[in-house]
Amino acid sequence: MSDLSIVRAHQFDDIEQQHDASWIGMWVFLGTEVMFFGGMFTGYTLYRNAYPQAFASASNHLDIWLGTINTAVLICSSFTMALAVRSAQLGERKPIINFLLLTILLGAVFLGIKFTEYYFKFEEHLVPGAAFNYEASLARPAEIFFSFYFAMTGMHALHMIIGIGLLTVLIIKARRGRFSAVYHTPVELVGLYWHFVDIVWIFLFPLLYLVGRHL
Amino acid sequence: MSSGHVLSVKLYAVIFGSLIALTLTTTGVAFMDLGGGGLNAVIALAIAVLKALLVILYFMHARYSSRLTWVFAGAGFFWLMILIGGTMDDFLTRNWFGTIG
Amino acid sequence: MERREHYLNVNYGIRSWLFTTDHKRIAWLYLLSVTFFFFIGGFFATLIRLELLTPQGDLVQAETYNKLFTMHGVTMVFFFLIPSIPAVLGNFLVPMMIGARDLAFPRLNLASWYIFILGGLFTVAAAAAGGVDTGWTFYTPYSSIYSNTHVALTVVGIFITGFSSILTGLNFIVTIHTMRAPGMTWFRLPLFIWAHYATSIIFILGTPVIAIALTLVGLERIFHLGIFDPALGGDPLLFQHLFWFYSHPAVYIMILPAMGVVSELIACFSRKRVFGYGFVAFSSLAIAVLGFLVWGHHMFVAGQSVHASMVFSLLSFLVAIPSAIKVFNWTATLHKGSVSYNAPMLYALGFIGLFTIGGLTGLFLATLGIDIHVHDTYFVIAHFHYIMVGGAVMGYLGGIHFWWPKMTGRTYPEVWARIAALVIFIGFNLTFFPQFILGYLGMPRRYHVYPPEFQVLNVMSTAGASILAVGYVLPLLYLMWSLRYGAVAGANPWRARGLEWQTASPPPTDNFDRTPIVTEGAYAYEKEPEEIYTFGKPAHV
Repeated sequence: MSDLSIVRAHQFDDIEQQHDASWIGMWVFLGTEVMFFGGMFTGYTLYRNAYPQAFASASNHLDIWLGTINTAVLICSSFTMALAVRSAQLGERKPIINFLLLTILLGAVFLGIKFTEYYFKFEEHLVPGAAFNYEASLARPAEIFFSFYFAMTGMHALHMIIGIGLLTVLIIKARRGRFSAVYHTPVELVGLYWHFVDIVWIFLFPLLYLVGRHL
Repeated sequence: MSSGHVLSVKLYAVIFGSLIALTLTTTGVAFMDLGGGGLNAVIALAIAVLKALLVILYFMHARYSSRLTWVFAGAGFFWLMILIGGTMDDFLTRNWFGTIG
Repeated sequence: MERREHYLNVNYGIRSWLFTTDHKRIAWLYLLSVTFFFFIGGFFATLIRLELLTPQGDLVQAETYNKLFTMHGVTMVFFFLIPSIPAVLGNFLVPMMIGARDLAFPRLNLASWYIFILGGLFTVAAAAAGGVDTGWTFYTPYSSIYSNTHVALTVVGIFITGFSSILTGLNFIVTIHTMRAPGMTWFRLPLFIWAHYATSIIFILGTPVIAIALTLVGLERIFHLGIFDPALGGDPLLFQHLFWFYSHPAVYIMILPAMGVVSELIACFSRKRVFGYGFVAFSSLAIAVLGFLVWGHHMFVAGQSVHASMVFSLLSFLVAIPSAIKVFNWTATLHKGSVSYNAPMLYALGFIGLFTIGGLTGLFLATLGIDIHVHDTYFVIAHFHYIMVGGAVMGYLGGIHFWWPKMTGRTYPEVWARIAALVIFIGFNLTFFPQFILGYLGMPRRYHVYPPEFQVLNVMSTAGASILAVGYVLPLLYLMWSLRYGAVAGANPWRARGLEWQTASPPPTDNFDRTPIVTEGAYAYEKEPEEIYTFGKPAHV
């Protein structure tokens, strides 16, 4: 069991104030992340409106089944993350570690599928730049679509890698018995972050993979 | 701020199941031709918003948190709407009265 | 005689400063850093004004001149104006004004300073390697494709520094929400706090957008992702929308804290409550929110639709209203006040006049018809320098002087301070007023040459700049002098009413020996401090 007086930082009056501050702080940070990804969603909206045909054509070059599977994988990881937080709230120790490990595993699966998709795109000459090759009439706006594809999923993947790093730190702390029913704020905060990264993908998936599939 | 509410595994499982079902739905609907009016996009986005809400309210415990949490959670999305709205207003009305310069 | 322990002497050595988590020491780290960047930016300005003494391009080449105004803008905006008041005065005073021991996240606070320095290093490196010539606005496709200068290095530096802003804003918001002393309700908060809260909203919601805008420019340059490339059908205006979505609210980041300072100064040196406290408090929030709705007024002649331009023009008129409310309320505070003209007050009064001029000329620019004529001329340059230099910098200097005794335990020499304030005021107006005329007459900005008929006004402007430079060096000298030779200051040399004045100068590390309990609003100048504040149990560690 952790001694409460150790975990309260000196600037706070009590542990409840510290927890409230940390909780609010993470939500504020997630607000910045919404605006950060939001800039790319703005650009995407502009160009999809400008070039609907090219975007539909380009979207059909993405593997809808890998995308769907990946979406399901991330949702599973959010489930395991929520269960990890729940175990922390209940003061358990082994379940926290197990659920965190599962979350990392699912995150790794997501990244594995993602980078496989990148590799396929590279082979198909759909990476923007000198090697980009596409049907002539739609080539230029299609290259814009793929620029957004790589920028948005790349930024998302970067956030997932950071998330996996944070989860690893949590596992180390959990193994050292740092969390209890009374103090488990880091687990909650990383949970918020992980769920947010999931939400970004929830929007990326239909916008990138599901354009003009019925055509 | 976060109430310390412990949610049941069952509730989390129900949310999880809903999210998976919605995912399969959105993929399925994508193959259906709903006309050229952009209805496919609207439905896909609506489903995405619903999924996001489920994650925020239950997985992120927003449902059980203070109003201040809701304000911060909502502020980001609201501000993003301002950014997209202003940019698209420019873009979509370029042919209305033309541009200056 | 036993030396009282306070935050400056509690421990010594470079490690105690570089690894501090005390918000007051971090404020000093920032103070030294922003002062350094201010003089770097001033150096670039000096070269610009020297070149503009003559109509011909005889000091530097056009390409070099482009780099000079770019580096001047980048340094001043991102490394002086945006951090200055929040990271120096805000860091020092926010916890003290609300009766807290520190900010909510002291280690994040220190991290924000290191991040600031890292970003600054990247930018200095870019300058040393040959600089950037895109203008601080980095418009595409020149910045993303065609420029041959160190764009990527510079945007990485600005991106990194943006995190510094975000962490500061996050810290302030959480601290103000969760760590106010007993009895410190929202409407008892000093207006300095309201101003910094509003500023923090902008930090949080705006900064990430320029971060992504510059990231996309960097990705386009390095990985050839064609997001802004017109050859692919890309829209250069997309960059401008993303850039100005932050950079317009950024100017409110620069001015709101200064307005917070001015509220404190006007109240203290009129010995009166600020008139219309509620209006002034809400006007800060209104400026922060409305400020996010006007960014297209930078793009009237860039190819933006007339419809959008009309919307942005109307909203730009609206955003002037809360600023005007502040000016009216400060003026009403002065009315029948017991006014004294110490140096901080001179800066505050100068602020009110110069900010009003700058703000009114903003209305000219918001008017579509006039903007077509004066866009990209010296009229715009004069407009924003009146606000940023005549406003924000004077607010910063006024605040530094006002809180100097609290921060250092020393008094600055009042006579020299008043002289410097006067020199700055004269130098400033001589520098920038001619630029309104030049711009209206048609002199474009960002050119190192100009038609000969503009020379007289340019010479006046450069002469003013040299006077202004003297004015800025003076405080540097006498403030440093005061650290050793200035009269020792008591806890409340100005007999002000804020919580920060109810503890020793310099304060102890935890700010208060005992937790303050607040029972009155912020500017109860009709009462004595003892009637307003009591102190509770010892502030435990």
